[in-house]
Amino acid sequence: MTTATDVPVRRRGVLRAVLATARGRITAGFLLLLFACCLLAPVIAPADPLHQNLQEILRTPSGAHWLGTDSLGRDVLSRLLYGGRSSIVGILEGVAAQLVVAVPLGVATGYLGGRFDRFVMRLADIVMSVPVIVILLAILAIFDHSIAAAMITLGVLGASGMMRIIRGTAMTVRQELYVSAAELLGLSRTQIIFRHILPRCRGVIIVQTSLFAALAIGIQTGLTFLGLGPPPPAATWGGMVNEAATTLSTQPWLLAPSGGLIALTVLALGVLGDTVRDVTAQNHTSSGGLRVKPARRRPDVAQAPVPEGTALLSVRDLSVSFLTPRGEVEVLTGVGFDLDAGQTLGLVGESGSGKSVTARAVLGLLEANGAVTGGSVIFDGRDLTRATRRQLAALRGTRIALISQEPMVALDPSFRIGSQLSEIVRSHARLSREAARRRVLELMEMVELPDPEEMAKRYPFQISGGMAQRVAIAAALAGSPDLLIADEPTTALDVTVQADVLALLRRLQRETGMAVLLVTHDWGVVADICTHVAVMYAGQVVEQAPVEQVFGAPAHPYTAALMASSPEKAPRRTPIDAIAGAVPPPGAHPDGCRFRDRCALSAAECADDDIPLVRLNEERVSRCIRTELLQAQP
Amino acid sequence: MGRLIFHRAAMSIPLLLIVSLIIFGLEAIVPGDAASTILGQNATPQSVAALRGQLGLNDPWVVRFGHWLGGALHGDLGTSIISGVDVTSSLNGRLAVTLSLLVPTILLSAVAGVALGFASAVRGGALGRFIDVVSLFGFALPSFWVALILVGFFAVHLNLLPATGYQDLAASPAGWLKSIILPVLALSLQGITYVAKQTRDTVMEVLETDYVKFLRANGVPERSVRYRHVLRNAAIPVVTSLGLVSVGMLSGAVFIENVFVLPGLGSLATQATLDHDIPVILGVGVFFTLCVIAINLLIDFAYGLLNPKVRVS
Repeated sequence: MTTATDVPVRRRGVLRAVLATARGRITAGFLLLLFACCLLAPVIAPADPLHQNLQEILRTPSGAHWLGTDSLGRDVLSRLLYGGRSSIVGILEGVAAQLVVAVPLGVATGYLGGRFDRFVMRLADIVMSVPVIVILLAILAIFDHSIAAAMITLGVLGASGMMRIIRGTAMTVRQELYVSAAELLGLSRTQIIFRHILPRCRGVIIVQTSLFAALAIGIQTGLTFLGLGPPPPAATWGGMVNEAATTLSTQPWLLAPSGGLIALTVLALGVLGDTVRDVTAQNHTSSGGLRVKPARRRPDVAQAPVPEGTALLSVRDLSVSFLTPRGEVEVLTGVGFDLDAGQTLGLVGESGSGKSVTARAVLGLLEANGAVTGGSVIFDGRDLTRATRRQLAALRGTRIALISQEPMVALDPSFRIGSQLSEIVRSHARLSREAARRRVLELMEMVELPDPEEMAKRYPFQISGGMAQRVAIAAALAGSPDLLIADEPTTALDVTVQADVLALLRRLQRETGMAVLLVTHDWGVVADICTHVAVMYAGQVVEQAPVEQVFGAPAHPYTAALMASSPEKAPRRTPIDAIAGAVPPPGAHPDGCRFRDRCALSAAECADDDIPLVRLNEERVSRCIRTELLQAQP
Repeated sequence: MGRLIFHRAAMSIPLLLIVSLIIFGLEAIVPGDAASTILGQNATPQSVAALRGQLGLNDPWVVRFGHWLGGALHGDLGTSIISGVDVTSSLNGRLAVTLSLLVPTILLSAVAGVALGFASAVRGGALGRFIDVVSLFGFALPSFWVALILVGFFAVHLNLLPATGYQDLAASPAGWLKSIILPVLALSLQGITYVAKQTRDTVMEVLETDYVKFLRANGVPERSVRYRHVLRNAAIPVVTSLGLVSVGMLSGAVFIENVFVLPGLGSLATQATLDHDIPVILGVGVFFTLCVIAINLLIDFAYGLLNPKVRVS
């Protein structure tokens, strides 16, 4: 589930997007100011950087000398401004060399591929390991202390990182449909490179350039610090640190201006690079760096009395919010349903309807930036949304267990299957190593895994998806749970394997009597295994009923549309009706009925108020005020 | 695993060749050579020409490179054109100093960086923000400047530790320790903060993976989730970044050795640069490249141990 949508950065221009952030404005402003001041040093510097005044040595800052004077009575501020010129020139030389090498090579290797690409990449691998500092020292010895030669060399040797990234981008762009189409239409390679590939690389080029510039300043000042740059009395930043070192015991202040300015410059370049990367990043994950949660309710150890009910799991008015870069977004609004022991409830809906979030919220395992903001999850008489961490942990595995959608990534890739199962077994019951091993083999047999002894020795990446899901089911059953939450357990599997896994789940449920909360978008799965179904749309439950009633006659237009768009349930030889439009993203839910924009039955009154759940019979509710029209349809 | 190590070992030969070729080739195309450097500005053209013949500088550079390479393969890296001392033996004498600086720095960066990064990722909040800020400073502050600040405080102001100089480990373990504390701290700042940042990012990523959710959801205790599963999986990319930062530390070592007047390879290379003493620089180049190869091999080995995908294939 993604709670953040992509920002169309390229359209707006990288520069404007960067300047829209405070970090971007401050760092770019600082660098620009520094650049201008150093450039204008002959005009604005208060004194001649070489002018000595032995009457006024080692002074601290004053009105006459804003940053004090050095051991020869020279004005520190003026020397910083003049010294900055050589640092800036050094950066520009290095950056230019890097761009000249990295951009053409990156585009060429990524776009042309083949033997040329392999050769260049092999070479780049080797160059990455070259101890750059020795080459720079050799250059300085050979070219008679020419910092320019050293910076250009640094640029060339440092180009492999940027080249790699541009190559990657070029390879991706090349495989995109519109580029292949452009190629077919006869656009030349040069045109494709300049129109499609380079514009796409602009962001990464800026990021790499500013990070490289930060590195280059560090090296340039280091080399001048060692006295390998222009000879004294010329002002350089590194040279000034070196001069300050000689008066360390008498006037430590002198270290501050030079070192501070170097640090500020590197910092500004680094932060600018990070900012550009952040604004150009294509994929914001739901937790994109945010570690703050929406206000979660305090756990309540002495719990308030829970409303009477016979259901094993009873979700009431559950609301969940995620904190995204665009503020707090409500993903679930007042979700509710009941699940009795031994029953199987299917949570059905399109992607983005909130089914998986609901399942994770029940377990108290939302992502770091999400939290339950209202409602309750009553499990066996206790409200899990008010349980402490410890109380929740005690329930997991023994009372409620989980199997998830992607079995291949649900198992820790670093541990053998036997070891993972054994750990789970031993966290439920105090067992000896040997007893745990026997229990693991027993569980593996229970889920019909062939050759358990051999299987236990394998790593998760050595087995198939179907096998991995069986292992996951074995892990979930290890604590004999009363409730199994299965989040799209068969979606990622081959069709033939799907049927086997469903059959296994059905058999295990019959044998153990556990309840199953099954998240799925597949009506075939619902028909196969569920006793009840709750249909979700845009963060709400829109219909809940026993399976036979739903299949007989849907009581919500969305349920009807969803069933009509399902390939299994559509009559043969008729086109499948896809539902026009898309689920509105969280935060953009319309007032009134959330489905009305896509609904054939919508009327003016659907927009008026939030639509309540209407009880249709003992076991059935629908969130539609025109449901009788649906029933009346042929 | 074996293949990975073999591949890396095989790569080291072209790497050594490339490093020496760059230095050698550049020297050959630039006017001015060892003979005029040795004899100084007042030398007569005749004496320069005589010395050129003596040093074999009239041969084409390919021949000279071949000659140097032949020697290098037998452990003979030539002689310094300034002091006339055998390069291999003077480098051997200084290697221990540089390793005394590098090895503790790499270990400290690994241990402190992983501990800080892991704690900040798991705890989050104030500690996490603190690590973020400190890692920015670690990135921005030049190591030689940090070294001077440390000297100013611990050596000049508090008079606790020596400001400069090196004591041999075998001769005086306590003296050795005192002489490397400040250099190691100064050089570690970047390493620790870089590793901490990488660890923090990786751990936060691993904490959000399906398998961590799966383990938690099925009742594995949080302690085991963190210290067994998360730490183990996060270690794989962190080891790679430790390798990168270790290779970068060679540059830092050159600056730090100069600040603390440590008689290591870096200060030797700096002096050689000031003296235009190319054979010594070439020799340091070979030693530094061997250091890089050793670091890469160790990292590959650790990577292979941690990553079962590499181990079983």
